[in-house]
Order: sequence, then C-alpha cells, then structure tokens
Amino acid sequence: MYCYLGIDVGSVSTNLVLTGEDGTVKHSIYLRTRGKPIEVVQQGLKQLQEALPGKIKVAGVGTTGSGRHLAGVITGADIIKNEITTHAIAASNVVPGVQTILEIGGQDSKIIILRNGVVADFAMNTVCAAGTGSFLDQQASRLNIKIEEFGPLALQSTVPVRIAGRCAVFAESDMIHKQQMGYNVSDILAGLCEALVRNYLNNIGKGKEILGPVVFQGGVAANAGMKAAFEKALGMPVHVPPYYNVMGALGAAMLAREATNRKSTGFKGFGVADRDFKAGGFACDGCPNVCEVVEILESGRVIARWGDRCGRWSNLIPGEKIS
Amino acid sequence: MKIVYPHMGYMWICIKAMLEYLDVEVVVPPPSSKKTLLLGVKHAPEFACMPLKLNLGNFMEAAELGADTMVMAGGCGPCRFGYYAHVEHAILRDLGYQYQLVVLEPPQKHIGELLGKIKHITGHQSWRKVINGIRFGYHKAEAVDELEKTANYCRPREIKPGTTDRALQAALKEVIAADTPEKLPAARKRAFEIMRSVPVDRLRPVLRIGLVGEIYTLLEPFTNQDIERKLGGMGVEVDRSIYLSEWINEHLFLGLVKNKRSSKTAREKAVKYLGHFVGGHGLETVGNTVLYAEQGYDGVIQMLPFTCMPEIVAQSILPRVSTETGIPTMTLIVDEQSGEAGLVTRLEAFVDLLARKKQTGEVLA
Repeated sequence: MYCYLGIDVGSVSTNLVLTGEDGTVKHSIYLRTRGKPIEVVQQGLKQLQEALPGKIKVAGVGTTGSGRHLAGVITGADIIKNEITTHAIAASNVVPGVQTILEIGGQDSKIIILRNGVVADFAMNTVCAAGTGSFLDQQASRLNIKIEEFGPLALQSTVPVRIAGRCAVFAESDMIHKQQMGYNVSDILAGLCEALVRNYLNNIGKGKEILGPVVFQGGVAANAGMKAAFEKALGMPVHVPPYYNVMGALGAAMLAREATNRKSTGFKGFGVADRDFKAGGFACDGCPNVCEVVEILESGRVIARWGDRCGRWSNLIPGEKIS
Repeated sequence: MKIVYPHMGYMWICIKAMLEYLDVEVVVPPPSSKKTLLLGVKHAPEFACMPLKLNLGNFMEAAELGADTMVMAGGCGPCRFGYYAHVEHAILRDLGYQYQLVVLEPPQKHIGELLGKIKHITGHQSWRKVINGIRFGYHKAEAVDELEKTANYCRPREIKPGTTDRALQAALKEVIAADTPEKLPAARKRAFEIMRSVPVDRLRPVLRIGLVGEIYTLLEPFTNQDIERKLGGMGVEVDRSIYLSEWINEHLFLGLVKNKRSSKTAREKAVKYLGHFVGGHGLETVGNTVLYAEQGYDGVIQMLPFTCMPEIVAQSILPRVSTETGIPTMTLIVDEQSGEAGLVTRLEAFVDLLARKKQTGEVLA
C-alpha cells in the first residue's frame, strides 16, 4: 500500500502524519520538540515504522513548520512548504467549503482567509506573541493548573472578568490583580480567553472578513475555553477538526502526494532514524556580520548549510571549496 | 577634519565620491552589522527606531577609525527623524566622543541652504568645483541604482543561484573604483557588462512585487534582512519604490533632473485615502501601493521599523487600498530581533498566495 508522510516541525511540537492514497489519516504521532528537532524527527520515524505493518511503502514526503528545511534535508523531502499553505490545504480537505481558518500555535497566531478553496488572504502576528500557546501554558502553570484542565475550568465560569489582552505582560499583571480581588480561577481563565480572542481578532484579523464555516486549529484549539470565546465573539459556530493539532503535517502529506504524482520520491527511507546526523557550525569571518553558519552533517558529510546573510556558504554546493 | 556619515544601503558610495572629489577626508564606517546594532541598542533609547540605533553604531565604529566630524541628515515634520542628528550627537558626547556635528537638511525654500552647509564641510573649494562634486556623487548614485535594478531583474531569472549577487558585487567595485567624473562612464559600462554576463532565463515566469515603506528600511539590506535577495531567490522580481538617486533628485535638487520617477505621482494617488502629510514616507507608501496595483503588480510588501509613526498610519490604510484595488499587501515590521525564520515563512506564504492567485486567475481568463 502506498502512503504519504507529512512532517511538521514546530517550536513546541513535532508531528508526523501518514495518509493513505485517498488522503485519510492512517497514523499520527505528536511529539514535543524540546529544542532537539533532529532527534525528534528520527524518533518519530522510528515510532512510525514500529507502528506500521511491513508492506507499507512511502511514496512521498512533505515537511512544514519552522523546522521544515532541517526536516526536509534529513528525510529527503519531496516538498518543503510553509505552515500557511499546508494548514489551508488540510483544513479545506477536512472541512469542505471552509472560508476562514483561525490558527494558534506555540509561537505564531495566524488567520487564513479562503475563497473558493484558494487562499485569498492571510495574516500572521507581527511583533507580539500575546495569546499564543506558550503564553497560555505559562499562565496555567503559574496558577498550578494542568493545561488540559484549562478549557473545562474556563467553561465553568458564569461571569468572565475583564482582562487586558493587548500585551502578555499587562495581561499577566491584570490577572494577578483580579486574583487578589478575590475572583475565582474559572472566571479569570474565561476572562483571559476572551481577552486573547479580542486581541487576536483586533491584531491578526483586523480588516478581514470572517465568513463561515470557520475552522479553529493548532495546539490551542484543544482549549475548549478558547473555542467558546471565539464562538461568542464571532457569533457563529467554530469547528475544531479531529486532527486539529497535526493539520500542518496532514497538509504536508497531501502536498507530497500532489508533488510526487508520477514521480519517484526523494525519501531516504526509515533507515534515516538510525543514521548519524550532526549540526555543526562556525562563525564566518568574511565580513563584520560574523554570521553563524550551520552545517548539517550526515555521517560526517555536509548535506546542507544555512545561516549566512550573503549566500557565500548556503549557495555552495556541498564539496565545493572557497578560496 | 575627517568626516563620517551613517550608512544607508549603498549611499556611502555616492557621498564618498562627492567628498573625496572635493579633497575632504572621509571615514566610511564598517558596513552595518550585528556589532553595529549591538553598540546602538546598548546606548540608544529603547523605543527609538532601528535607524537611530544603527546610525549610532556607525558613528561609534567610525570613531575608532579616526572620524571627528559627523554629517547627518535632518528634517522637519511629524517624523522624529528630524531630531536624530542632535540626539545622536548628545548621546555620543555623553559617551565621551569628541564629534563635531553638521546637519544637512533638505532645503525648504532654496537650494542655497544646502549648498551653504556643503561649503562649510568643503572649505575653500570653488562653487564650481562643489557643484561638480555633487553631480559626480549623483551620477554614482544613479549608476548604483541602475545596477541594483538590473540585479533585481536577473535574480529571479538566474540559471545558477548566487551568480547575480556575485556579479553585482563585482560591478559595484568597478563603480566604486572610478575616482574622477571622467572615469565614471567607462566604469559604468564595464559594470553593466558584468551584469549582462549573468546567464538568465528570460522566458521564466516570475511574480512582481513592489516594496514600499520607510526609506532607511528599504535601502539598507542589513535592516530589511536582505528582503530583495530573499524574494529574488523565491522567483520574484522586486521593484523598490524609492531609489537613492530619485530621492536625491526630489529632495535635494528639488526635481532638477527631469525624466526621473518622482514621488509626486504617488502623493497624488494617495489623496483618495490620506488627505495630508503625515511625515516620513507615509503618503508615498499609500500612493505607491495604488500605483503598483495600477501597473499590474502581483503584490505589495510594506516595510517599516518598529514604532515608525508615519508608516503605522499608512499601515492602517493599506487594507482599504487592498480591498478597493484588489492588490494583496503585507506589512513587515523590523527591529533588532534577528528572527529570520519568521520573516521567511511570511514571505514564502505571501509568494505562494500570489502564485496561486495568478494561476487561478490565468485559468479563469
């Protein structure tokens, strides 16, 4: 059976999705990146191989997420696409006719507007990361609440308190103030969700026409409090797809299928999991920028370089010498 | 007197030519780099925009090379850039640098105001020589701009990645080496021959994106994280809305040179959306976006340093321009952060969007 593999290497999580030829999800793996993208990709491949029956053949690989180039080089991906495209592709396949995608991940929040199945517009947070997953995580741990309990607790609230959502630092001090005034935790959490939704719609969604069906995805979509706050603010139902947290990987797998149509794959095989990858690096002394050039080595051989501003090293074909 | 002026893209080539022609000793600060920014960030007020921080760093690095007179542009208007020369001078004085300050302001009424300041720097040179010097500098700026435009054309079409950039560097060296006005035309010719030798695929379909926004961010590749090169690598032909020679002609020569793109058209186009001057290049940003839409460009990217007031005004107007003219726009804000992955993601996504839009548009048409 032919399958397609999608890998999404994000700042917080790394996801792998294997789809069948018809685009259905056969297997998905969610791992924490923990700052070690190479190891985690290898670990994911190993887990995937163990979970699968032997007669599966990977006919295409796509990578996405902020670590897409790294993962692409390691696995020999057929297609390396950014998150916007992969999320849009996945969402429009899972929820046909979707016109708006709200996406909140660990570091980024974005809105994608689709019309007639094509991305018509998008926006991503520019200078501020208030309201992204990492901030919610941090607030939950400050209140000593497991992140999984965050949503259900927020839903219990009857009177959400008003919290400043414009800036993560102000939101935190406002929360502390409300907590000292004696509000209970569920009202504060619900208030925080509403504040973040307000902030999201003002900063990311400003000037964009939000039409249904609306899909909410990314790690934060697990939070029922955020979903409820979005529904309240938008006045329309918000869908959370079943694979909400691996949509990027799913989209990458779908794109890999498109890209390898009647072509052979560049996939290096599951053996990649046991190969020795290293990230080496050096500071280039070509100019005062002193760029940190990173080299990805496979068994001691350079397979990719990046990090230089001028292209002196990244444009270099491996093996070429600089005089 | 050893003169230093801050970096703004390749502006140094043109000013160096002008001043050295007038026998003024010039110290060119090292190209803006992480070190420059680090120095600037350490000593500048936190909420100042990135140009101030880099200028400050430039001056500090140049002091190590013996510079003693700082020449800065000034200005009057809602943008706080007008203060920068004095703020930077005061910071440097507090840090113990012994700099003399000369502020060059765009003439409000008569070109004589500017000539007076230039005379102060150049000392006993005849007016005739001074004017020849300015012309020499201007011609260099023109040559550099033409080279950059050619590079923007070649980059998305080059057959081997990286050849355009190497050719551009070699071509710039030719222009820099011409030390008299007489040598410039020949150097210019050689430079263009180098650019022409880049193998390109003229039939390759490319996207066209216009860059609008704050002038320093647009001209200084260190500030905009080499956006023109990045977009070029993604198969995009870039047009920058402001080139140095156009700016000089407009603001310093008050439009003396004819047949140059002028921001007047842009300002006229902006009137429908923004009725009055907001400082900096706010009006031009809005107007150029309209112009790019009319010229059939595929998209527009606005660049601004964090906290830039005129551009924030323009930013808030762009969604309306975008809806009414149908051109997709995106805003990128830069500051001392070096988060390149985020920038690349946004650019890729934007380019993807434009490519898909073009594809489906062609299918429908």
